[in-house]
Amino acid sequence: MIKNVMFLLIGIVFGVTLYKAEIISWYRIQEMFRFHAFHMYGVLGSAVAVAMISVAILSRSARREGAAIARRPFQHGVWIGGLIFGMGWALTGACPGPLWVHVGAGTEVMLIAIASALVGVLAYSFIDPKLPH
Amino acid sequence: MNEIASPAWPWYVAGPIVGLMVPLALLIGNRRWGVSSSLRHLCAMASPIKPAFLRYNWRSEAWSLFFVAGAVMGGFIGAHVIPNAPVPDVAPRTVAAIQSLGFESPRGLVPAEAFSFSQLATVRGFMMIVVGGFLVGFGTRYANGCTSGHSITGLALRELPSLVATIAFFIGGLIMTHVVFEWIF
Repeated sequence: MIKNVMFLLIGIVFGVTLYKAEIISWYRIQEMFRFHAFHMYGVLGSAVAVAMISVAILSRSARREGAAIARRPFQHGVWIGGLIFGMGWALTGACPGPLWVHVGAGTEVMLIAIASALVGVLAYSFIDPKLPH
Repeated sequence: MNEIASPAWPWYVAGPIVGLMVPLALLIGNRRWGVSSSLRHLCAMASPIKPAFLRYNWRSEAWSLFFVAGAVMGGFIGAHVIPNAPVPDVAPRTVAAIQSLGFESPRGLVPAEAFSFSQLATVRGFMMIVVGGFLVGFGTRYANGCTSGHSITGLALRELPSLVATIAFFIGGLIMTHVVFEWIF
């Protein structure tokens, strides 16, 4: 339970940050896909850099952490699903994290987008065995 | 409620904070950080009919639901305690581009002329909210991750599938923005 509370707390930090840096802004995502601003590239690039350095430190100091991360295998869904998600990302201007942050920040209609995303997951779960992997 | 706007955070503040989610998830619960799996767990929890993809013990993944509950609270705290300026500072070329598609001058986080309940029955509103949401849910499950799980965690772990996924995310977004938008709006 204490772990879940800690996940809730880092979720709060994540939510405040996505709101304050306008990462949940539909306009910032348009800037990104039109290559008109560096902002989103800076966010993603520095996030990856910090994550990469911290994981390297963690796996050096405590080997079990690094070893316990399940490696994801390559499958065709990675690029087919990736293209599908990318299209949805540009339409809503939000990936799954921002969809949730929007609800708290007052964009109530994003609850419909989340409901629709759940329908998308459900649809995927039914046709998953028939899709190329 | 504080109505005085505070400046938006620059990328070099926000990016590192977001990046720290990866080591924090490892330290707290030895979890691989990602957000889109929360959608799968909600389906596994609530769906009355469960295909094999949804038959697993979602309770052992409860951390993900606590994290997104926190994200909702964080959005609320941000918007009410340290709100951003009502008119965002968007690149003039982007403003011109979206105006030529029929959107108004930027205000708030999303164009209200598309993202509101009254617009759900219009082609534009339906596409952006309902179709967009569906593609996000379907695509992230098929790709097994989203911007957080692939483009941040996966790239930080130097995994090739995540690089392929990230490139595909961007190609999909570029096609939507530069081809489909021109066609449907």
